[in-house]
Amino acid sequence: MGRTVARMAAEILERDGDSLMLVGIHTRGIPLADRLARALREATGCEVPVGRLDITLYRDDVGPWRPAHQQPVLKKTVLPDFIDDQVIYLVDDVLFTGRTIRAALDTLADWGRPTAVRLAVLIDRGHRELPIAADVVGKALDTTRDEDVQVRLAEVDGEDGVWIGREADNGG
Amino acid sequence: MVVESATALARKDVVGISQLDAGEIQLILDTAEELLDVAKRPIKKVPTLRGSTVVNLFMEPSTRTRFSFEVAEKRLSADTLNFSASGSSVSKGETLFDTAQNLMAMAPDFIVIRHPNSGAPHRLAQEVPASIINAGDGINEHPTQALLDAFTMRQHFGSLEGLKVVVAGDIRHSRVARSNAFLLAKMGAEVRFVAPASLLPLEVEELGVITFVRLEPALEDADVVMMLRIQLERQKRVNFPSMREYFDFFALTPERLKLAADRAVVLHPGPMNRGVEIDSLVADGSQSLILEQVTNGVAIRMAILYLLAGGPSEAASDS
Repeated sequence: MGRTVARMAAEILERDGDSLMLVGIHTRGIPLADRLARALREATGCEVPVGRLDITLYRDDVGPWRPAHQQPVLKKTVLPDFIDDQVIYLVDDVLFTGRTIRAALDTLADWGRPTAVRLAVLIDRGHRELPIAADVVGKALDTTRDEDVQVRLAEVDGEDGVWIGREADNGG
Repeated sequence: MVVESATALARKDVVGISQLDAGEIQLILDTAEELLDVAKRPIKKVPTLRGSTVVNLFMEPSTRTRFSFEVAEKRLSADTLNFSASGSSVSKGETLFDTAQNLMAMAPDFIVIRHPNSGAPHRLAQEVPASIINAGDGINEHPTQALLDAFTMRQHFGSLEGLKVVVAGDIRHSRVARSNAFLLAKMGAEVRFVAPASLLPLEVEELGVITFVRLEPALEDADVVMMLRIQLERQKRVNFPSMREYFDFFALTPERLKLAADRAVVLHPGPMNRGVEIDSLVADGSQSLILEQVTNGVAIRMAILYLLAGGPSEAASDS
């Protein structure tokens, strides 16, 4: 995984230099954004600002018109600087339906007007439900819609790895 | 006592603190903590409740609470309908349930109700499918006020556990005092009620509070001093000789506040009667958190609306 993150950092650097802000999406996008920032620092010596985004209030499945459900617990959104006129890289672990990214774009729009918003994901597993694509992909995986793809990161889960399956059996 | 936050507010209504457990109270406070940030952003609005409708049914005068709910609803993008007793069919003799049935024909998702009769929100909750939020019923409860008071205390002290909280004033007619007593007991704080004997409620022991008929002894070591308004509109007879005498014996003055802990803070649910229950020097002083209470009230009401939007089921969300 370390190599994949380093390659993603190199792609970001090639595309936008080091003048950008990384914004991790809760939960696992946040440690990933931190790792990308570390890789960028090792490559350039520059400190890239890192923010964190909670998209819950912008989700399309939390209103009272939905069948009874448990409301997700809210988390903090912290942006280190104004996002106006900046290049923002949204960072998440898995890109699937695209609904999380849709919500993240709406969240960012309420905080300001970036020059550009790009998307970096560790895993793109396909099955989009919205016209959304990633700019930087760690690894594209062929999956069926009902498979479960889990990224585990040491900061959150105590170990690094990607698991695919109906159960969380080790698929590499 | 460590209070674990509940994972959901799996209920249709919030009609009183007495129905909530400590974990649910903690969840509301934690959720409000995050929602407080919405007011600090360039665009102070989130789309969470767009397309949903809230009826604000206020059958008693209110400025602060009504505005606070309305701001909360608008920050969550809900549509709001305001309905007050004066200038409506209620003044033409319509009953609460006929009013509610007619409002339901407009399919609201939430009804925020303030009513002079204790228990009105509870009965309404049984009658209509909308989520009912009690904004104060008679002399029974005012749950969102107690939650915002608790939020303000927690924000200042970090925790409610072990806090010594003085609630002084017209306890007998105060739904704020009752809701606070329920909440603070559940969260492990000590509550001291202070009032002239004529303004202490009859069943006060059941609330698990310590009572005082003089302010000075109650203030010793107090961390929080909450002053209540004399509710002349709810008193059928005068329970004390004069406003002047009330001030002399029960008002929070700078001298009396010195009897409390050095770190003590002052709260007041408003509206304040300066020169009756509180001296202006205290109300505007450095220990006063009265304006923070107003800001926090919006976040608490947003939290309740957000959490109730999940509905009464325990079903897990699909993410």
